[in-house]
Amino acid sequence: MWKSITGRITMIVVLTTVSIIVLAPSLTDRLPSGWKDRVPKINLGLDLQGGVFLRLAVEIDKAIENTSMRYADDARAVCRDKALPVLAFQKAGEGGFSLRFPPGDFASRAQAALKEEFPSLDVALGEVKADGATVIARMKPAEIQAIRTNAVVQGVETIRNRIDQFGVREPQIIAEGEDRIVVQLPGVKDQQRAIELVGKTALLEFKLVDEGASVEEALKGNVPEDGQVLYQKSVDPQSGRATKTPLLVKKRALLTGDTIKTARVNFGDQGRGAHVSLSFDTRGAKVFDRVTAENVKRRLAIVLDDTIYSAPVIQERISGGEAQITGSFTPEEASDLAIVLRAGSLPAPVKVIQNVSIGPSLGQDSIRKGVRAALIGALLVVAFMAFYYRFAGMVADFALVFNILFLLAGMAAFSATLTLPGIAGIILAIGMAVDSNVLIIERIREEIRAKKSVRAAIDAGYDKAFWTVVDSHVTTLITAVILFQFGTGPIKGFAVTLSMGVAINLFTALVCTKVVFDYLNARKPMQALSI
Amino acid sequence: MIELVKNTKIDFMGLKKYAFVFSALLLVLGLVGTVQIYRGQANLGIDLEGGTSIQLKFQKPFSMNEIRSLLAKAGHGEAALQEVSGENILMIKLGAHGSQVEKMVAGPVEKLLRESLPGNPFVVESVSEIGPAIGHKLRQDAALALLISALAIILYLAWRFEFKFGVAAAIATFHDVFVIVGIFWVLGIEMDLLFITALLTIGGYSLTDTVVVFDRVRENIRLRKMKTFSETINLSVNEVLSRTIITSLTTFLATVSLLAFGGIVLRDFALALTMGIAIGTYSSIFIASPVVALWRGEKMTDVKR
Repeated sequence: MWKSITGRITMIVVLTTVSIIVLAPSLTDRLPSGWKDRVPKINLGLDLQGGVFLRLAVEIDKAIENTSMRYADDARAVCRDKALPVLAFQKAGEGGFSLRFPPGDFASRAQAALKEEFPSLDVALGEVKADGATVIARMKPAEIQAIRTNAVVQGVETIRNRIDQFGVREPQIIAEGEDRIVVQLPGVKDQQRAIELVGKTALLEFKLVDEGASVEEALKGNVPEDGQVLYQKSVDPQSGRATKTPLLVKKRALLTGDTIKTARVNFGDQGRGAHVSLSFDTRGAKVFDRVTAENVKRRLAIVLDDTIYSAPVIQERISGGEAQITGSFTPEEASDLAIVLRAGSLPAPVKVIQNVSIGPSLGQDSIRKGVRAALIGALLVVAFMAFYYRFAGMVADFALVFNILFLLAGMAAFSATLTLPGIAGIILAIGMAVDSNVLIIERIREEIRAKKSVRAAIDAGYDKAFWTVVDSHVTTLITAVILFQFGTGPIKGFAVTLSMGVAINLFTALVCTKVVFDYLNARKPMQALSI
Repeated sequence: MIELVKNTKIDFMGLKKYAFVFSALLLVLGLVGTVQIYRGQANLGIDLEGGTSIQLKFQKPFSMNEIRSLLAKAGHGEAALQEVSGENILMIKLGAHGSQVEKMVAGPVEKLLRESLPGNPFVVESVSEIGPAIGHKLRQDAALALLISALAIILYLAWRFEFKFGVAAAIATFHDVFVIVGIFWVLGIEMDLLFITALLTIGGYSLTDTVVVFDRVRENIRLRKMKTFSETINLSVNEVLSRTIITSLTTFLATVSLLAFGGIVLRDFALALTMGIAIGTYSSIFIASPVVALWRGEKMTDVKR
């Protein structure tokens, strides 16, 4: 096939046709849908179309601690019920806590009770001293591992849910390593809002306000054992000033957001701002019914991520499984709140450790300038080659066009993402393509100076330049592949286009140009070569 | 036939003393720059050391002093401001230089400026916030990628040529990277991930140049055209000089058009490339080949293949 001219030409024609078919939908929308819907497209990177890139650190340790503290609260409740006096409570390592009991058989009775009540805890008897004994409870390793895995997997799922409801075209949400999540939202305009939507833990809890103790005392540090101080945020609608009011609430949540069936926004009826209506699932409705029945005339705080949104007085038992969150929301805030409540809370809090937001205008500007620079550069090079090397230069230019066509088609075929550094990679690949042709042409010139016939000079030129071209391409390819493997972000985009361009160039420089000379020589041996 | 370079007989090896002195000076600069980068004393992009950068495009011209004092009042006295003249573009860089605060400040800063400058609305062109941990990781990744590719290239060239050729090519490549780092450090130009990409490109380019020369050296040794290794190198460099110049020229055309028309995002990248091409061409002639000559001696034993 490599010997036969027709074979090589057929191959080039087939490749070109396939390339045009694959590439066309990436360049224009005006194609029959049967064509453009079946062909993959080149994606534009965030730097070219605008959007948000977020890297989140999942605070798994916090999730483990939260869970173990919930176990601790429950354990103390069990001890209270069984009249086992807990003298002191302490955290004990990852996922563990210890409880101290007075002398006697309290500790061993507590151990037995906790063991029975909490099968997912390892409960052991600690040291026995004259003034009492401790019980050490620790979450089982399998349980901790489950939280670890779940924190990221479930986190990705929840964020995807939120983003889908928010409405972003082709978002990318992936886990990275053991405790990272990467979120890419192309084309998002309101970027701050998107970041908040993604990063919110959205843990909704209903907690009773503790009216038996005073907030002032608690603020001085005398917080009751089962209480905590949280702040209620409210915004004055006239001045727009935010105020924070401390409230003392019970630590234990009576009900959490995981029992919510749906959440929707209601816009201001009669002087009230936008608010969010919740309806609970059967289990949630039952609990809510019991809680409201038992606590009529007491205040119930609605807490989201440790901030109190409202703390209304329960007027009567609520059986329908419906509740409302009011507060000073803007319509956007209310609608985002409804989204996060529907999508559920993140299993562990996340922290934004990297945020790259590119406005759509900069993206367009970059692509326009990048493409223009690439085109001007390519045109200058093409013109120079045709001027300096005459006919041979034009053959090289012809190969260059194929190179670019195949490269872009290759990117479309793999649905690769084109970024600004990617455009730089294309420019470098073009530079290398020109270099291969320069190498070959200079070699042919040397052979012609050595008084060889045109045909022999061409063959010798290609033969001798072959390994040089291969060596220089393989070394570049090695660098590009390693960059792809170990690089991040912009480096990767660069590596993709460079490695593809270099690989394709081996074909276009060594095959596409040679076939032109061979074809001409086959018809009538060339007497002179314009080179 | 148009020939820019024709039948040259330049004694490149005779110039190697001067070249070594010149390179040594540049390398010292590069090493100082590298040390300073590790000590955090260089203008690193926030993607390499963490921090926040915001690019705003205002509708009307703005006063840098006013914005500086606004930011200072909000506790961002350390903010580095830069304006793109004529385009009403403002770039703000915050919290760099080893700050350990993992707090995202872009949102509040944007709000502050919007409220304080109601008469001059702006659009946020880009925001980039990177925690120091990520910056550290990206820096490490980049260094790792550089190191591994150097090793892989030595291996490939050792297999294709000889071990000494591989090492010499790697030395020339690292030479170029250090020199560019040194120049950028002296000029105080911001070094970010895109700059690292440029370094790698320069490395690749320089390597190609070196391989082309080595290839010709190998061929000329086999043909026994000259009596000594140094003479063979001189002949080979002169023979490929035409190709070297033309390739540099065409690549220059491409990078200079990037420099002139690529816009602000690609400007420093293109600058690094343009300088790198010059350095890469120089090093393949004056560093890589002389190193092989010094190490291998003047014996005319065949290079394999």
